[in-house]
Amino acid sequence: MSATAVHGLWTTMGGVTSAAPGDRFAAPTIEYAQLAPVLIVLGAAVLGVLAEAFVPRRGRYYTQVFLTVVALAAAFAAVVALAAGGYGTTKARIAAMGAIAVDGPALFLQGTILLVSMVAVFTFAERRLDPEAHGNRVDSFVAQAGAVPGSDGEKAAVRAGFTTTEVFPLVLFAIAGMLVFPAANDLLTLFIALEVFSLPLYLLCAVARRKRLMSQEAAVKYFLLGAFSSAFLLFGIALLYGYAGSVSYATIANVVNGSVQGIDPALADTMGNDALLLIGGAMIVTGLLFKVGAVPFHMWTPDVYQGAPTPVTGFMAAATKVAAFGALLRLLYVVLPGLAWDWRPVMWAVAVVTMLGGAIVAITQTDIKRLLAYSSIAHAGFILAGVIATTPEGISSVLFYLVAYSFVTVGAFAVVTLVRDAGGEATHLSKWAGLGRRSPLVAAVFAVFLLAFAGIPLTSGFTGKFAVFKAAAEGGAAGLVVVGVISSAIAAFFYIRVIVLMFFSEPKADGPTVAVPSPLTMTTIAVGVAVTLVLGLAPQYFLDLASQAGVFVR
Amino acid sequence: MSFPLLTATAALPAIGAIATAAVPAARRTAAKWLALLFSLATLVLAGLVFVRFEPGGDRYQLTESHAWIAEFGVRYELGVDGIGVALLALTALLIPFVILAGWHDADPLETKSSRWRPTQGFFALILMVEAMVILSFEATDVFLFYILFEAMLIPMYFLIGGFGDRAHSGSDENAAAQRSYAAVKFLLYNLAGGLIMLAAVIGLYVVAGSFSLAEIAEARANGSLEMATGTERWLFLGFFFAFAIKAPLWPLHTWLPNAMGEATAPVAVLITAIVDKVGTFAMLRFCLQLFPEASKWATPVIIVLALISIVYGALLAVGQRDIKRLIAYASISHFGFIVLGIFAMTSQGQSGATLYMVNHGISTAALMLVAGFLITRRGSRLIADYGGVQKVAPVLAGTFLIGGLATLSLPGLAPFVSEFLVLVGTFSVYPAAGVIATSGIVLAALYVLVLYQRTMTGPVKAEVRGMPDLRVRELAVALPLIAVLIGLGVYPKPLTEVVNPAVKHTMQDVQKQDPQPEVEAAK
Repeated sequence: MSATAVHGLWTTMGGVTSAAPGDRFAAPTIEYAQLAPVLIVLGAAVLGVLAEAFVPRRGRYYTQVFLTVVALAAAFAAVVALAAGGYGTTKARIAAMGAIAVDGPALFLQGTILLVSMVAVFTFAERRLDPEAHGNRVDSFVAQAGAVPGSDGEKAAVRAGFTTTEVFPLVLFAIAGMLVFPAANDLLTLFIALEVFSLPLYLLCAVARRKRLMSQEAAVKYFLLGAFSSAFLLFGIALLYGYAGSVSYATIANVVNGSVQGIDPALADTMGNDALLLIGGAMIVTGLLFKVGAVPFHMWTPDVYQGAPTPVTGFMAAATKVAAFGALLRLLYVVLPGLAWDWRPVMWAVAVVTMLGGAIVAITQTDIKRLLAYSSIAHAGFILAGVIATTPEGISSVLFYLVAYSFVTVGAFAVVTLVRDAGGEATHLSKWAGLGRRSPLVAAVFAVFLLAFAGIPLTSGFTGKFAVFKAAAEGGAAGLVVVGVISSAIAAFFYIRVIVLMFFSEPKADGPTVAVPSPLTMTTIAVGVAVTLVLGLAPQYFLDLASQAGVFVR
Repeated sequence: MSFPLLTATAALPAIGAIATAAVPAARRTAAKWLALLFSLATLVLAGLVFVRFEPGGDRYQLTESHAWIAEFGVRYELGVDGIGVALLALTALLIPFVILAGWHDADPLETKSSRWRPTQGFFALILMVEAMVILSFEATDVFLFYILFEAMLIPMYFLIGGFGDRAHSGSDENAAAQRSYAAVKFLLYNLAGGLIMLAAVIGLYVVAGSFSLAEIAEARANGSLEMATGTERWLFLGFFFAFAIKAPLWPLHTWLPNAMGEATAPVAVLITAIVDKVGTFAMLRFCLQLFPEASKWATPVIIVLALISIVYGALLAVGQRDIKRLIAYASISHFGFIVLGIFAMTSQGQSGATLYMVNHGISTAALMLVAGFLITRRGSRLIADYGGVQKVAPVLAGTFLIGGLATLSLPGLAPFVSEFLVLVGTFSVYPAAGVIATSGIVLAALYVLVLYQRTMTGPVKAEVRGMPDLRVRELAVALPLIAVLIGLGVYPKPLTEVVNPAVKHTMQDVQKQDPQPEVEAAK
């Protein structure tokens, strides 16, 4: 390129600028009120970072916990206010210059993420499970993340009573990203939201107090595979942009189904190129399926779930799944409905292998956290069955399932944090033998969660499963329902195995003890049980809510 | 709005379960009495249902209907027909005896941990099962029935796995392993059946757009709902598979001997006399009513399976060395009779099958509970470990004999009436099947009498010497059951009166008529 050409480029741009400066720099209109949930959480996260810098070490824990809980409650209140104001139904709209959708599914999922995060954050703040170290109460997180495991630096940090209160701003950033993810209405926002919630999660995975090397290994695995999937997503975005000439969901959808107006020559050139569309769409879906944990993109799940600090695992397993399925739904229902004939068979296959794969591999697991990881994979398969329905019932059934599943998950992982021996949490299944004899209540609560995972009637798991299977059957995917019930039967086997172990096996002499938690973790578990039973016995209100919320804005 | 009697009948044991579970650890005896009290109160309510039910009236009576999960089209709909009333009464009648017979079964061996409360749990679980079984006999909404059908597995599972028979051969650890194997096998078999049924339940909703039995029946009658033949058959198979596991029908029966062998005698009664009846009941109520054409289509195969169950169960019972497993195989044989009666699709056959459900419940309860008393005394389930018991414990031996004679359908005892009806009903349409089924009676005489002969007669074995006879509590279990067996054997009218109109409705569902006697045709 010659120098004059480059210069010409500049002058042309300069010319435009000088011709109409007002047009060029028009300030974007941002509907602050409608974006309040995200803004509150982000603001609190920034405040949290400042608190890390300026609040004295002694007061940081309380400041951070207070800030986090208040921010999540306020954000939830904002979501409720928006929903009450009709933004979920009649006034659903696209805000922030087309970047964010404010509609039923977005608000429903944001509310779910906020509530689940709130109860999950309680387990973050739990400081009574581990014995006190040098007179200081300790939580599940390392004293000083930068210290090498086992080094003198780490010991000094423990002696000094340091705690990693940075986890609270980190989790707030992650939550903010998750709030945007299912509401993102253009591909770039989608990508940014993905990164905003993924990066803090990578960090959070690495800061376990016990078994730090495993935790760090998990973080590295998660980061590498996560980066890989982000690259897929980004490449897919580029291809779709190349195809449709826009990153906006609505525009791409119009181009895909051919209803686009005012085709310019450049667009006319690319929109006939189905290879761009199919490969681009496939890559974006791949990126999302990775976050969802669907087979064959699930490899990270067991390692990361096992290595991460258990409160983080619970948070991640619940909230990430909600956010990622929200984004997947919006992408498939808003951007690619015109392509349904192409993606449905693929998703069929993914759902089948996910359900069966998760259930079958779970049978061989001997670690409770890995077991729950594979169970979450199988559940991703069930949810995909609802996604494939491509009906309004499909959307609402997935929304409902996500609520049911996320609370059970947070509750189950909270119980896992309680069962401890000298090395921290006793996650090997053999150590859970006879737990029902020692602590009937804890074992009974965990059994309720397991039964909900297994989808036994009168628990939320059954209602959710019934909703998605019904939607799938009505959507013409009866075969998927049959595979679903078969894998449910397989899955039931390993949930039952844990119950057998807890109740019908003799306790071992050197078995773990059950720590008595503070009211924080108790609240988490109690909320989990309450939601599980209410959604199992009287789900009508929430099903209504989900079905009202089941319409995407375009 | 009238008093919701059906809800109350199911709610009372559920409340009792919660109350029993809440009794403090040290007050074990109070928990037992509380459970017994609630079961007796439930019996009173069930008696009220029996009295209020008008045999000649509407098909479903005492109906209740409330919105529940509108999103799924599910309503909380209850109603009983004669079949439901009979089984409801059976359940309510047997549970007090189950509780009484299991009085000491869940006493903790050691009281180390104050938080481990097996006794409270045992009785609470029994009442929970009772509540779910009663409600499942009352449900006229397919979804509601399905939920209960599945949910009752969980308390049953804990009853089997958590409170095994203490009379076992081998080490404690070995026994625990066998017990948990039996519990898991029970659960997985039934859960698998239930999940297949779930697919069919969803399919039914997709086809019919409703879960209400009444609505679906009406839609079928006025022609607004037409099921494609293939669809109907698939749905029928989905339902029938679950019920055949529950019933249990050969070849899906293998969980039953394990479960009944390892469970305590009262829990074994709970399984075979009460919970399994939900399976055969559901065949009558759901399979025939919802899928009449498919039921007729499948009849030949099902009759063959029922015949195999009858003969196979009886043959294996003859060969058993373990008393409880013997009774389990005898039950498999009897469930074959029940299924045969249902699918013969004659009014005698179906009336007989319904009576059979009730009578088998009572006779098995009598035999099994007395066998349980015997086993507790000697600490062994093996037939070979007994001999000459009638000399040391004549009352025990006598009640055992009557229970056994009822099991082999001796005329004069209740099961004779039902077995006779089933055979007559079958013979009038499938003579060959009737002949084969009759061989089951001959084999029944063999396994019952051989069991009695080996355990009760002959020289008194050393270990049996000094065996105490039945105590008051045990007599209170055995004698009323025997009285009912004799009463219904001599005068079955109260029961047939209730059952016959319901069977007539079912016959209309499948559009079958009894074959006319051939003499008429020859004229």
